[in-house]
Formats: sequence, structure tokens, C-alpha cells
Amino acid sequence: MNPSTAKPVAYTEFHPRWYRPRVSVYWWLGEWRYLRFILRELSSVFVAAFVIATLLGLRALRNGPEAYARFQHRLQSPTAIVLSTISFFFVLFHTITWFNLAPRAMAIRVGGKRLPDFVIAAPNYALWLVVSVAVGWLVLR
Amino acid sequence: MADKIILEIARYSPEQDTNPHFQAYEVPVYKEWVVLDALNYIKDKVDGSLTYRWSCRMGICGSCGMMVNGEPKLTCATFLSSYALRTNKIRLEPLRYFPVVRDLVTELSDFLLKLKKVKPWLIRRDTPPLSEGEYLQTPEQLGSYKQFSMCINCTLCYAACPVVGLDPVFVGPAAIALAQRYNMDNRDQGAAERMAVLAHPEGIWGCTFVGECTRVCPKHVDPAGAIQQYKLRAVLDWMRNLLPQKARPEGGQGESFNR
Amino acid sequence: MSTQKTSNEALLWMLFSAGGVIAAFLVPVHIFLFGLAFPLGWLEAPSYQHLMQLVRMPAVRMYLFLLCSAPLFHWAHRFRYTLYDGLQVKHLNEVIFILCYGGALLGTAVAGYLLWRMA
Repeated sequence: MNPSTAKPVAYTEFHPRWYRPRVSVYWWLGEWRYLRFILRELSSVFVAAFVIATLLGLRALRNGPEAYARFQHRLQSPTAIVLSTISFFFVLFHTITWFNLAPRAMAIRVGGKRLPDFVIAAPNYALWLVVSVAVGWLVLR
Repeated sequence: MADKIILEIARYSPEQDTNPHFQAYEVPVYKEWVVLDALNYIKDKVDGSLTYRWSCRMGICGSCGMMVNGEPKLTCATFLSSYALRTNKIRLEPLRYFPVVRDLVTELSDFLLKLKKVKPWLIRRDTPPLSEGEYLQTPEQLGSYKQFSMCINCTLCYAACPVVGLDPVFVGPAAIALAQRYNMDNRDQGAAERMAVLAHPEGIWGCTFVGECTRVCPKHVDPAGAIQQYKLRAVLDWMRNLLPQKARPEGGQGESFNR
Repeated sequence: MSTQKTSNEALLWMLFSAGGVIAAFLVPVHIFLFGLAFPLGWLEAPSYQHLMQLVRMPAVRMYLFLLCSAPLFHWAHRFRYTLYDGLQVKHLNEVIFILCYGGALLGTAVAGYLLWRMA
């Protein structure tokens, strides 16, 4: 390298210039695992959307049978069905990732050894099934 | 399996470059060679200016971490053959989210400052006299923190964690896992001091449980688990602090998490 | 780094966790029933009378209040951090904070009002 064409070294107080790349705003698209993480976080938006829909339903219930019938009818529109389907999958994604990750936060030791993750996750899944069936039964009775 | 493979290595010289560029080297593939062997081959026989860190070559010193095809790995623990079967190129870059000093060498002083901040040593409020004998620790008590003590400070977890990249003030996985290692040690009485340092937005609360740190850790420390356990503990501490002094249950401030 | 801020975060994370648990257990079946099974006719939708009968029970109102409130705080915390990290809009810290938790509080208030005045 010809010294006379070399760029002058930019020294900061005690060392030469480091290379410090900025993290791109699209960092989460760079890797499949990062994208999956962001999708998991975005599932919370669909949870919030469900709450809003439920509140609208409660308001319709309060306003009488015709109002509730109109609300039910709106839920049958193609847009609503598509949104419900997408929401359902995102919320399922939330449930599964939640139960799979929750054991990591709890270091429960029995007889000197830490309980494996599925021992804590499995009862959660079982309880989820029981609760879902119970809700369904209450509503459909 | 081919008998040669190409290593595309990030080169950066602060005196000549503003940005890194890649340089390709062809190295032989032997079934027992790791990426570090290939780097040493290049430095010995091809290009002596290549700069990188390494030491023990057996996965215990934590010096040789770098990005291998976009994944943070210890080069002494990554076999050439596992890449040679699938591809004819390996891309080597310095660990992500750290400033680059030169070629594959990262600047670690920020990490070391964060490590020091969490006080990764046994803290005692009282020192019993020698006549009282040694501190006793059962195998179960050791078992409760042993996993976190396996950390070799290789900073692969920092290269994997997006929050480290997005928030330079975030303390980071290894530091919190090591804080938890001391918190869970029954000989330690410094849990409250560490809580004061870590229980704020740039400490444990900055973590959003991406989980990448645990996935890339070569010593299976599970820093993500350590952080979530720490969060639970912080919540319990917060609830305890809501109670007036006299009503607080035993073993709060200043005691180890593991009595 | 005041102690005030540390205690806020612990409480907010606790709300996030509680909301996450409730959302994980209850929201899938609710979306399945009211968003898919009933509108598409897979299962017979409950009548207006039956639903009103259910909603009049105090226990059911408490359940619905929890179902509508806690997941909103879960969303608030998670979405706030997603905006910080995903879009790197840290400079809008305070605005995002108020919009997220304010939204959760507003939703909680609306749920409380609707369920209190249900019948």
C-alpha cells in the first residue's frame, strides 16, 4: 500500500477509528428467527383486537336483540371471517409459545434436579383444554 | 466431501478502510479441522496480516467467537466438515453488535464495564470469624446456580441478542446470568445491591425474551431463563417493598435468593 | 434511574404476565366460538336470551371483565417494546408509553362500565 495515497488515520483519544455499523430498522427481516419473534410479539395486537370486538359485542347485547343480531351479521361478512381466522392463528401462536416458554422462568427443583420443561408445560396445555371445553359448554348449553 | 473450501473473511483496517470488505481464501478441508485451524492455516501460510483472537482452542477461554455464516459461533468448536458437506463457502465476520477494531477483532470494553456493573463476585454484609469455620454448601445448593457459573464470557449471546444491538445501554444476557449466578449462591448476601443495578429498563426489563442468547450459548448457560427468573424475583421484591418494614417476610434485602 | 421507575417496570411486567396467561388460556376458544364456529354455522349460536342470562350472573361479569382488561395490559407492554425494538422509535418514549397504557386503561374502563350497566 503506497503510504502517500493512504487515507489519514482518524484517531479518537487513545485508539484508531473503530467500525461501528448501525443496526438497520429492518433488522427483524434479516433472520427467520427474528421475524418469528416479531410475529410472536405482534400476536398481542390480535389479542387487543379480540378485546375490542368483545366490547363491541357486549355493547350490542346491551342495546337489545336487534342490535345483537346486527352485530352477529357483521361477524359473518367475508372480511370478518378472514380477520377472525388470522386472529385465531396468531392467538394460538401466542398460547403455544407462552406455554413453551413459561417453564424457563420457573426453576422448580425436586429432589435436587430441575424439573424438565415439558413437566411444567404439559399441565398448562391440559388445563387449557379443560378450560376451553368448559367455556364452550357454558356458552352452548 | 470436497477437499477444499473457500473462506470469505471480513477485512477491516482502520488505517486504510472506512468500511469492511471481504477477502476470499481457499483452505484445505481435513475432517478433524475446525474453522480456527483454517484461520491459523491462512495466517501461517497465506496472509499473515489476518487478525483474530484465539487462545485455548478447546472451548473454555471464550476468545474465538465470530459470526460463521451469520451465526455466532466459537471457531474452535465449529468443524469445517459440517459446512463442506453443504456448501463451498464459509463467511466469517466479527461478532455482531460490537465495534470492530480490526478484521475479526471486536472491542469488548463496553461488555466488561457492564459485567463489572453487576458485581459478579461474592458480596458479604458480615464476615464471620475464621473460628466459625467454612461456608457450607450442599450439592443441591450448588446445583441451583451451577448452570449459570458455566459462562465463559465469549459474548456470543450479545451477538445473538437484538436488544443488545438496538439499545447500547442494555446490560445484556451474560451479565444478568452472572448476576443471577451470585444471587443464587447461598454464600452471597449482595442480592439487593445487584437488584438496584439491574431492576431498571436498561437492566432486566429491557429483555423481551427473544431467546436467541440461550440458543447460541456454547456452554448451555441459558441466560434467557436466568433473566426471566430474575424478573420474577424482582416482582416479588417489589411486592415485598410495598409492605411496611415490620410486615415484610424474612430474607429480603441483602440475603441470597437461595437460603 | 430512580427507584420510582424500577417499581413501575416490575408492576407493568406483572400485568403483562397476568394478561398473557389469561389471553393464552381463554382467548383462543372465544375467537373460535364467536369468530368462526357461530358465524360459519359449525355450531349453533346461543340465543340472545341465553347470552343475556349468562351475562346477568355476577361471576360471568367478573370473568368477562378479567377477559377484557388483563389482555389489554398484556398488549400494551408487548406492543410498547415492539415499537421500541422493531421500529427503533425510542425517541417517542413518552408518547408510546401513554398511548399503550392509556389505551389499556381506557379499555378497562369501558369494559367496567358496560358490564356494570349490562342489565
